[in-house]
Amino acid sequence: MYKKMMKKQKNRNKELINVESVVIRFAGDSGDGIQLTGNRFANATAIIGNDLGTYPDYPAEIRAPAGTLAGVSAYQIQFSSKDIYTPGDKVDVLVVMNPAALKVHLSDLKPGGTIIANKSNFKSRNLKMAGWESDPLEDDTLSNYKVYDIEISRFVSSALKDMNLPSKTIERTKNMFALGLMYWIYTRPLEPTIEWLKVKFKSRPELVEGNIRALKAGYNFGDITEIFPASYQVGPAPLKKGTYRNITGNYAIGLGLLAASQKSGLPLFFGGYPITPASDILHQLSHYRNFGVKTFQAEDEIASIGSVIGAAFAGNLAVTASSGPGIALKGEALGLAVMTELPMVIVNVQRVGPSTGMPTKTEQADLFQALWGRNSESPMPVIAPISPGDCFYATYEACRIALKYMTPVFILSDALLANGSEPWLIPEIKQLSPIDVKFAVDPGEDSVFHPYERDKETLARKWAVPGTAGLEHRIGGLEKENITGNISYNPDNHQLMVNLRAQKVESIAREFPAMEIYGKDTGDLLVLGWGSTFGAIRAAVEKLRDEGMSVSHAQLRWVNPFPSDLGGILVKFQKILIPELNTGQLIKLIRSEFLIDAVGLNLSTGKPFTRSQIIEKIKSIM
Amino acid sequence: MAESITSKPLTRKDFISDQDVRWCPGCGDYSILAQVQKTFPDLGIPKEKIVFISGIGCSSRFPYYMKTFGFHTIHGRAPTIASGVKLANPDLSVWVITGDGDSLSIGGNHFIHLMRRNFDINMIMFNNEIYGLTKGQYSPTSELGKVTKSTPFGSLDRPFNPPLLALGAASTFVARSIDKRTHHLQDMLKRTHEHKGTSFLEIYQNCNIFNDGAFKNLTDREVKDDNVLVLENGKPMIFGSKKNKGIHLDGFKPEVVELNGKFSVNDLVVHEESDRNLGGILANFTHNEKFPTPIGVLYCEEKPTYEDLLYDQIESAKKRLGEGDLEALLHSGDTWVIK
Repeated sequence: MYKKMMKKQKNRNKELINVESVVIRFAGDSGDGIQLTGNRFANATAIIGNDLGTYPDYPAEIRAPAGTLAGVSAYQIQFSSKDIYTPGDKVDVLVVMNPAALKVHLSDLKPGGTIIANKSNFKSRNLKMAGWESDPLEDDTLSNYKVYDIEISRFVSSALKDMNLPSKTIERTKNMFALGLMYWIYTRPLEPTIEWLKVKFKSRPELVEGNIRALKAGYNFGDITEIFPASYQVGPAPLKKGTYRNITGNYAIGLGLLAASQKSGLPLFFGGYPITPASDILHQLSHYRNFGVKTFQAEDEIASIGSVIGAAFAGNLAVTASSGPGIALKGEALGLAVMTELPMVIVNVQRVGPSTGMPTKTEQADLFQALWGRNSESPMPVIAPISPGDCFYATYEACRIALKYMTPVFILSDALLANGSEPWLIPEIKQLSPIDVKFAVDPGEDSVFHPYERDKETLARKWAVPGTAGLEHRIGGLEKENITGNISYNPDNHQLMVNLRAQKVESIAREFPAMEIYGKDTGDLLVLGWGSTFGAIRAAVEKLRDEGMSVSHAQLRWVNPFPSDLGGILVKFQKILIPELNTGQLIKLIRSEFLIDAVGLNLSTGKPFTRSQIIEKIKSIM
Repeated sequence: MAESITSKPLTRKDFISDQDVRWCPGCGDYSILAQVQKTFPDLGIPKEKIVFISGIGCSSRFPYYMKTFGFHTIHGRAPTIASGVKLANPDLSVWVITGDGDSLSIGGNHFIHLMRRNFDINMIMFNNEIYGLTKGQYSPTSELGKVTKSTPFGSLDRPFNPPLLALGAASTFVARSIDKRTHHLQDMLKRTHEHKGTSFLEIYQNCNIFNDGAFKNLTDREVKDDNVLVLENGKPMIFGSKKNKGIHLDGFKPEVVELNGKFSVNDLVVHEESDRNLGGILANFTHNEKFPTPIGVLYCEEKPTYEDLLYDQIESAKKRLGEGDLEALLHSGDTWVIK
């Protein structure tokens, strides 16, 4: 498909230059359709076989006043003909739709990098609003960059002028012009975007036509005008064989839940309450009625976890998703979930805090909340996916463990994974590990059902769902007597139950495969990360290993319990570096668990690590 | 095994669990428990399909004493857990047991949303107008100026009127009974069960430790008939020890009239359970000394339940789109093949 599409576009007038990797950032007003533009570019890029990573960065305000710094929305993509792990550090090409976008993002552009600016929006009012004293496209502010200032608004209005569309509608197609131009510069096919526009605006043929015209106008502008001497080509990456799609972390979580529902044979119940950046999981699942998925938008975060506990009690695969503040509200109910030992999955798509913080920005500061954000001893397994695509597998695994061990399980995703995307090899459903669910069917030998009798190996209690004759029993938040599940204030029993609950969670480690170490399993430095920092760390360690440094990388997915081989791995390295997007949470666990004097690299900016930040830190301690 | 349990007709004993009941001697909760255990065999529901779900408070110990499925949850949240149970398995008979503090204070938000969603769930609220388990603080149904442990100078907030709140929250069934009126209570439990939709049954319940006599004027032999209006559908609203008083409507304005010649039975309002406005008028009699306190079904009207609508959506989606195909979904949208 790719070859055919590219052939059509071979009748180019200019030179084609091969490059390995490129980082592009689209930036503009949050009403400019920047996220959509970025998504389309990522899609076209995925289809021609590049490896890629994306990083959408948008404001919490739905529409901040146009032209202001607060309203700038951006979408970054790195694409490459080799394996890559991140959306890239510094930007090669910055596409800005207005002066505010330039102001916010200029500092991330590489020296000598390219700026493509919509000159039509660089008017004195916009310049002033963005804090430019004079027009940077006219003065020497940008003398270190290649600047292409293009009257995009003028071009689209002439391309659409015979269509009788309102001028506002015409102005809205300027993102398609920019996208078309980028397609020409980086030789991407137009067809997937054209097809997508036809579906997106099915009922508004004039918008289909207008946007396609703008897209083609941008493409042809690159081809025909004298400004661009050449276009660039990034060849396909050596990805594993198979069928791919581009996927974001949130979407992968939704699919992972569906897969677990199908493999376990349990109906999926999702109780949620809208919260950034987790709401998309609710939106996605609400479409799956024909899969029997029950989504329930509750009145608040507490009600959503309450409904999930109820659905778990009644035998569904029960799941909720939220973000830090919402998880805080769910805390008491999560304690009930631990006490009643019911299987369920709780997704926390972490964002910046404390309190409302910066809701659209990324952080990893809820690890302690997941571990200890409940009263008393309330252990819960915690898994942290390491990439957007891994969100599928981590979710599936969380469901499997929850059902096998009769426990709530936390998934710690974050805004970076949630909205970021990567090419994803579509898995074979039949190759996923089986999820066998056995409900209790009869009370057992003495005809008295014991709800807190445990499986000897997993310590899981039986799942006895209402509707099963002979298994009538009562559970609740009061301490349970071991085996019978009756209320108990007995001191020794409480000690025993605290121990049993902890042991059960600890024993899950037996399910984990051996930890993968990238690089040698002994050496000067091990960089140990968890969750979404995988890409930046791997990219950094790969680069330094290429330079001959003795540095290795291991990434934790399960953060509670720790893999049982972790301690043995850590002692084989002279130094341990732990980068985290918080003020040092995993590092405290590692220090206290293994008495190892690890070094931290901690950042709380709302932005993910760049490769160079990690490289710099590694160099400084070696 | 399972068959032998369900095939025998159930008796009161089948609903009594092996746990010792631990309410204070003399507590109104005993009567409510007894009426429930007495009534349930007649409801015709297999025992294993019954789930009692409670929050926190004296009343919320209730599920432990019923030999059915039970869930003693956390403060105020029983409606949320019950909603999940009902959505997971609409076949179950789900009963929420709560108190005035549990459902109207900490759980107030869940209360109103439970009412408006109209799951087929039954909520029984034990209203004793006081906090019992925490030992005697005023509750959201305590009268203004209530002197309690936490309000030595008198409480400052006006009480909720629970039936009016339920009506305001779009409830489809609102009823009231009293712990001491055992037969009436049994009837109301049956009506509560029969209504398909969220049923709200408020039971005035005496806390003989912290709020003894709160409903004395509704239960003492000498005065109760003059203070209680027993509602019967299709019947004129008559009350009084000599059946000599009734409710007359002057437009929308209710008034108590004596049947002494000027007014006859024909001038009285005939109760119509499905009349929402009338339900509101009756609910407003609560805490109003000019009027008797109504008990019985104040309002009842069938509306589609949430779970029926949800399962309809699932069925129609399956018909329209076919049974969900995960393989196809995974491969939907833009995909590409690396060879």
